Amino acid sequence: MSETIYELKDLRVSFPDMSRKPLLGAAPRIDVLKGLTFDIPRGEVLGIVGGSGSGKSTLGRALTRLIEPDSGAILFEGTDITHLHEDRLRPLRRRFQMIFQDPMSSLNPRRRVGGIIAGPLRLQGLDNIKCRVDEALDMVGLPRHFATRYPHELSGGQRQRVGIARAIALKPDFILADEIVSGLDVSSQAQVLNLLESLVKDLGLTLAFISHDLSVIRRLCTRILVLYKGEIVENSETAELFANPKAEYTRTLLDAIPLPDPEQAWF
Amino acid sequence: MRDARGNIRRLPGIRLWLSGGWLTFLVLAAIFAPLISPHDPLAQDLFAGRLPPFFEQGADPAYLLGTDSLGRDVLSRMLYGARLALIVALVAGTLTCLIGASLGLIAGYYRGWVDLVISRFIDIWMAFPPVLFAILLIAVLGTGLMSVIIAIVVIDWTRFARVVRAEAMGQGAMDYVASAQVAGRTRFGTALTEILPNVLPTIVALLTLEMGIAVIVEAILSFVNLSISTDQPTWGGMIAEGRTSIYQAWWVLVFPLFALFLTVLSFSQLGEGLKDHFDPVLR
Repeated sequence: MSETIYELKDLRVSFPDMSRKPLLGAAPRIDVLKGLTFDIPRGEVLGIVGGSGSGKSTLGRALTRLIEPDSGAILFEGTDITHLHEDRLRPLRRRFQMIFQDPMSSLNPRRRVGGIIAGPLRLQGLDNIKCRVDEALDMVGLPRHFATRYPHELSGGQRQRVGIARAIALKPDFILADEIVSGLDVSSQAQVLNLLESLVKDLGLTLAFISHDLSVIRRLCTRILVLYKGEIVENSETAELFANPKAEYTRTLLDAIPLPDPEQAWF
Repeated sequence: MRDARGNIRRLPGIRLWLSGGWLTFLVLAAIFAPLISPHDPLAQDLFAGRLPPFFEQGADPAYLLGTDSLGRDVLSRMLYGARLALIVALVAGTLTCLIGASLGLIAGYYRGWVDLVISRFIDIWMAFPPVLFAILLIAVLGTGLMSVIIAIVVIDWTRFARVVRAEAMGQGAMDYVASAQVAGRTRFGTALTEILPNVLPTIVALLTLEMGIAVIVEAILSFVNLSISTDQPTWGGMIAEGRTSIYQAWWVLVFPLFALFLTVLSFSQLGEGLKDHFDPVLR
C-alpha cells in the first residue's frame, strides 16, 4: 500500500484537429494538457476546477486511461499505467473507477439498474454479485427493488446515485467524479454531494472531483487544482485557496461565485 | 385515446395482432399447401379456363377463386406461391440482416480504417441500379431459388450496413460505452453486450421491412421471368400472367396482388409492433 495513489509527471495529451486537416497528410494536433505534474495522496479529496476547454475532463479521462497520453507518466500506486496495454490494465481497473457527468448517457438504457451495477462486478470475476448489488444500493440510499427498474424510470438524482453505486460496488481505491452534479437541480445536487461526502468518509475513498464551480468544490475537497488552458495555475489547500488565491485566473473563478445576498434592498 | 401529455396513445396491440395474424395464417397455409389445396397448382383444364371467383356469375364452386386462362386453380397456385414467398422472405431477409448488420456494427463502433473501407464499399455498391443489378446477377447465376436469395442479399445488405453503422456510431459516443471500458470490458465484448442491445430494435424493424422487400423483389423477378422456373407457381409469376388477360379475368392478377400487398404490409407493421411491445425504453 503506497501512500500516493496517483503520481503524474509532465503529462501531455493532444488531439488531432480534424477541422484543420489538410487534404493529404496528418491533421495538426491541439495540445490539451501541456505537461501536468502533481500527486494525489491516499485519502485526499482533490478538486479539479477550470473553465470550458481547460482540459479538466481530458485529465480525468487520462487518469482512468480512457485515453492514452502522448508523453509523460501516470503512476497508479507505483505502477506505470501511461501506455499499459488494455489487457494488462484490466486487473487494475477495478481499483480506479469513474462517475460520469450525464447519468442518462452513462447508464445503458436497455439494462435494468441491477444489471448495470452487476456488470463490472461480473467482469472482474467477483462472487456474491446479488449481495454486492444490494449493498451498493443501500450505500447510495436507493431501495433494493430499484434493481429491476430501467434508467429512464428514475429521476436525474436517482440515476446519478446508480452511477455512484456502480462505481463503489467494486470497492475501488480511487474514484473520479466528472462534473457529476452539473446536470442536476439544486436540491438533488445537495443530496448527491452529501452522499459523496459520507461515502468518502465511510469507505476511506480517494476522490478526484472535477467541476467548473468552486462553490461546489469548497465543501467537499481538501485540496484544489486549478487548470487553465491545459496548465496547472494553482495547486493549494482549499482554505488557502479561498483565503489567498495566488493565480489571477483563480481570482476570476472566485469572483464568479454568486453571493447568496448581493444586495439587501433588492425589491 | 390521449395520454397525460396529450399525445395520441398508440395501440401497439392491434398492429401486432393483425400483422402477426395474417403472417401466421400465411405460414400455416404455406406449410399445409399440399393438404389444403383443392387442386394441383400445375394441372391445366382448358375447358375450365377463366372461371370467375365464387361471388361472380358463372363460377364453379370447385374453383373458389377462379381459374386462369389455362384453367389452373388460382387459390391452389396462391397457396403454393406463398411457400416460395415466405422462404425467400425468411432466408434472404435473415442473411441480408446478418451480413449487413455485422458490417455496420463493426464500421460504426470500431471506426478508423475499417469504417473507411466498409463505408466506401457501401457507397460504391449503392451506385449500382438495384433492379438491373439483380437481373444481371440472375443472368450470371442462372434462375432458381438460390439465385434469387443470393441476388437479394448481395443487393440489400447495404441497407442494414448504413443504418446500423449510423446507429452504432451514435451509441458508441455514449458514456455507458466509456463506462464499460472503465469496468474493463473488451472492445468486442462492449460491441456485443452494450451496443448491440441498443441497436437491436432498429435491426428488428429493418429485418421485418427487409422481409417485405424480399417478397417484392422476388415478385419483380418473377414478373420479368427471372425468378424460379415457370413450373413453380409464384405470386409475381401469377401477376405477370394475369396482366395479359386483365380485362377478361381480373381475378388472376388481383388475388395474388392482394396477398402480396397484405404480406408486405404485415411484415413492416410487425416490425413496428414488435418494437413498441418489447422495447423497454419506448414501452
